[in-house]
Amino acid sequence: MANQIPLVDYLVLGDAPHLTANECTACGARFFDRRNACASCSGTEFHTVDIETGGEVKAFTIVTFAAPGVPVPFVSAIVDCGGTSVRGNVIDIDPTPEHVALGMKVHLATYTIGTDDNGTEAIGFGFAPN
Amino acid sequence: MSDDIWILGIHMTKFGKYPDKDTVDLASQAALAALADGGVTMKDMGVLAAGCLMASNAGIGQQLQKQIGQTGIPVYNVANACATGATALRTTIMAVKSGEVDMGLAVGVEKLAGAGLLGAGGRPKSDKNEWNPSGRYGAVTSTDGRVGTDSMPGVFAQVGMEYGHKYGGTSFELFAKISEKNHAHSTLNPLAAYTKRMTLDEIMNDIMIAYPNTRPMCSANCDGAAAAVVVSDAKLKTLSLEQQRRAIKVSASVLTSDPYEEGCQVLPNVNTLTRNAVKIAYEQAGVSPGDLDLVELHDCFATAELVHYDNLMLCEEGGAVDFFESGATWRTGSTPVNVSGGLESKGHPIAATGIANIWEVCHHLRGEAGDRQIQGAKVGLAHVIGLGSACGVHILERSGL
Repeated sequence: MANQIPLVDYLVLGDAPHLTANECTACGARFFDRRNACASCSGTEFHTVDIETGGEVKAFTIVTFAAPGVPVPFVSAIVDCGGTSVRGNVIDIDPTPEHVALGMKVHLATYTIGTDDNGTEAIGFGFAPN
Repeated sequence: MSDDIWILGIHMTKFGKYPDKDTVDLASQAALAALADGGVTMKDMGVLAAGCLMASNAGIGQQLQKQIGQTGIPVYNVANACATGATALRTTIMAVKSGEVDMGLAVGVEKLAGAGLLGAGGRPKSDKNEWNPSGRYGAVTSTDGRVGTDSMPGVFAQVGMEYGHKYGGTSFELFAKISEKNHAHSTLNPLAAYTKRMTLDEIMNDIMIAYPNTRPMCSANCDGAAAAVVVSDAKLKTLSLEQQRRAIKVSASVLTSDPYEEGCQVLPNVNTLTRNAVKIAYEQAGVSPGDLDLVELHDCFATAELVHYDNLMLCEEGGAVDFFESGATWRTGSTPVNVSGGLESKGHPIAATGIANIWEVCHHLRGEAGDRQIQGAKVGLAHVIGLGSACGVHILERSGL
């Protein structure tokens, strides 16, 4: 475990992998990136909150033509995780219109992306069907 | 005299491939033709606003002046994604409206033929194979394809699918039918990049780019330019009756950006800023959606056209699918949408688009649209979205003279 690194810094690894967000202390708006201030109220105080790991697919596309180096096909989705919108791939699924549906229930899952020259393994996340 | 603003002259080049012309050639062609259309010259212009998104640091405005007239007027080089052309026009309109100048020129140009997929792309690999977090998300490698998609066809596919999830009724076939309409419309437009009618089967069985958008359901990358001459009401009244008769009134000119909403930094929200812009535009113009004789809206993808029926309040909230299925948006319908062929078939040379759609509406309002003329058109609306986001809405009316 010591030699793992998350794909993005808002992915927390460990026994119960989950995503976190920077929540504006003043208005509650949530963001996944490093913040200068809040886009909703311009507040500058944030705290870290855990995002629910279960959610519902509220939009998706199956990308079959992508930039060089991006493996296709893959399912890109916007997942509603308890009221917070999260962008991620739907994984562990046949990437065809017959198998992916709007409203389908999914949960966060992690997978290995690869190991670098230092032996550190990068871990990515996606959403797997329930 | 009033504070009305008018389009005096306007032109778009044919959209397509111009291997032997550069962006300055195309911009010059559009600008000179727009000036001639208005019966004026560069010497009459008090301001120039110009955009070329893919070369937005190149100073296209000054490059253009060096070919068609260095008169020393202020130049605003603008960049606002796919709303760049509308932003150039809006900038010129603001300058005229402020009273600083009585005439100005707006130009948008792009060379995009063969540009391929836009929006997507990972960062280059470093020499050493080592995971190092970088950027605002602390990513150790490219996230495109791993954390959803950055590609425009994929992003806008999700925009359409989100609408379907919210209101129901969408399907691959429905989105393909929207594309079928625009490709059919383009057969009457000699300036369109593609003028071939496509059947629903051909559209659905073409190369899938990002479900449900197949290739013909995506905006066509091509070359092109468009330009418009803007004039104040007071100045127009000093010009000839023929110039006054052909002048098109800018009843509303609005530019908005996307206000914060939950999820808007996860999937761009192209809805609220469009709705905000059009509400202001209808109020400025004193017209309602039912008054519109034609609409040119930003169908960068078939999935986007659907949501903008709703965003532009052409139908009841949530009613875009039924609205389209009723045939309302075909050129024979109650609210013809994209009779030019739209971005899917006319083409989308990015910075030209936000002026070319104005040209299309003006062409009909002047009664000069030939085979594709919408008979008796008096009022039209032009809309663009630049992802990031910017939305331009213009409402145009014929002079009545």
